[in-house]
Amino acid sequence: MEKTFSRPKSMRNVVMHYCAGCGHGIVHRLICEVIDEFKIREKTIAIAPVGCAVLAYDYWDFDTTESAHGRAPAVATGIKRILPDRIIFTYQGDGDLAAIGTAEIIHTANRGENITVIFVNNAVYGMTGGQMAPTTILGQKTETTPWGREPKSDGYPLKISEMLSLLPGVVYIERTAVNNAKNVLLTKRAIKKAFLNQIENKGFSLVEVLSSCPTYWHMSPVEAMKWIDTEMTKYYPLGVIKNNC
Amino acid sequence: MKERILLCGNEAIGEGAIQAGCQFYAGYPITPQNELTAYMARRMNEEGRVFIQSESEISAINMVFGASLAGARAMTSSSSPGISLKQEGISYLVGCELPAVIINIMRGGPGLGNIAPSQADYFQATKGGGHGDYHTIVLAPSSVEEAFSLTFLAFDLADLYRNPVIILGDGVLGQMMEPVSQIQNSRPKVKNYSKDWILNGCRGRNPRIIRSLLLGEGELEKHNQRLQKKFKEIKEKEVRFEALYLEDADFILVSYGTVSRICKAVVSNLRSLGKKIGLIRPVSLWPFPEEIIKKTAKRLKGILVVEMSAGQMLEDVKISVEGACPVYFYGRMGGGVPTEEEIFKQVIAL
Ligand code: SF4
Repeated sequence: MEKTFSRPKSMRNVVMHYCAGCGHGIVHRLICEVIDEFKIREKTIAIAPVGCAVLAYDYWDFDTTESAHGRAPAVATGIKRILPDRIIFTYQGDGDLAAIGTAEIIHTANRGENITVIFVNNAVYGMTGGQMAPTTILGQKTETTPWGREPKSDGYPLKISEMLSLLPGVVYIERTAVNNAKNVLLTKRAIKKAFLNQIENKGFSLVEVLSSCPTYWHMSPVEAMKWIDTEMTKYYPLGVIKNNC
Repeated sequence: MKERILLCGNEAIGEGAIQAGCQFYAGYPITPQNELTAYMARRMNEEGRVFIQSESEISAINMVFGASLAGARAMTSSSSPGISLKQEGISYLVGCELPAVIINIMRGGPGLGNIAPSQADYFQATKGGGHGDYHTIVLAPSSVEEAFSLTFLAFDLADLYRNPVIILGDGVLGQMMEPVSQIQNSRPKVKNYSKDWILNGCRGRNPRIIRSLLLGEGELEKHNQRLQKKFKEIKEKEVRFEALYLEDADFILVSYGTVSRICKAVVSNLRSLGKKIGLIRPVSLWPFPEEIIKKTAKRLKGILVVEMSAGQMLEDVKISVEGACPVYFYGRMGGGVPTEEEIFKQVIAL
């Protein structure tokens, strides 16, 4: 019998610490599949964020560093400028990329650094216990918005991908989700394109992945997958936001 | 014929970095160190190396973090308020044991302060500065020539110990023009350190991880013990200072950087009047030259510490003296520079 599905080579054979129904594991795996398919494992350097995915280096079987909170794009810039023929990607959550690291992501994109950014948006701070994220949607309850996000006091959810798409240095941005089989496949396709752009020296690419956090959405994994469709995508529509290549 | 080139301190630091093989520079404009960033913009490009004007001090230090973990000799520079912003990154560099050279051309503080020279960042530079138990090596040039040579040395020490090194200067040093002879003549040799820890893709080896997060039971304590062992070794091997007239001095001045230049003038003045006065100038502020001060203090009537601060190095001098002789202090703050006359009067009054 032929084996049609197995663990990607770039992924370590260990149990993940993520909660049941968390999207991180899926995104990790898709990245590893793409790295295997391009055969770039031995020339890839990843930058893990501060957040739930801080331990990503325990799961990825290639060179990985971890940066200070939000600073991954600056670290990636330093690495890529010294090693332009290596493949550099950052893996960042919403707090990391769209709050504390806003300056770094905007200016790295604006310089058109030839790197790949995987931006996991789950609309909440997971690791610190479920506080409001810059991408928390209006009305969403978190530890720091106990009655729901209220624009007058908490501001609006930040559409950072749309903002970044205005920058001439950016070649490709797509928003996807990992809440059903079809979306997982589309996410993989987007990640693949974002890496291919870098391999072909095209410039800055970013994939925003809407991802579930059942723990701090206070839902079952199944409800969380549905909530992405019914609530999140209303504010964060899926699809290509910019494609200049 | 020996050639001498006229440079300002900021440019000499830049040339020291270039000659030391600095492959990556990132910086953000701030006075009084702008000549350095401009110098690097031009020279790094001429040499085909990487120069980036970053969007912030924070980004600059994190770019240096990335370049360093990829194996490059990397540097950033700033002045006091900007160095405060870099503290997060410096703590991460130490935690990940990454070499880097950081230049602080100090100005008056606290807050935005002013752009006049100051030495008020001594505590920040020598006692850690960011979060966690750590030290950076701190070198304090007092001339343009030394700005060049200590910057060159800083890259070697950073690679040798896998630890950031800070060059602590002030606005006077950064701006003043003096001849530098080493650039053309006795050009020092660049040492090559084998870096078997960098991230450059895992071809032919196991993947590597560079991180400062250590969550396992007891892991972080062990890491800290290892760091402390390294700091101890640095303390034993890397103390640098200049001493004048210690053989017969019964009173000495202790000062560093620009202030030590003024103190030297005071010393020669008092010597010509027959006073038995000497001077110790710490070149490495961390590790601090404790031993020589401790040894000398035992046979002194007193020590006068002079700084452009409210008395920061003063504390290290007192710790070194261990009460063996009185320690006096004269300082100016907020951009004030002590004059020869002021220091002279202080010594005479004692
Ligand atoms: S807290 Fe949320 S994001 Fe973090 S691991 Fe759990 S489900 Fe995933």
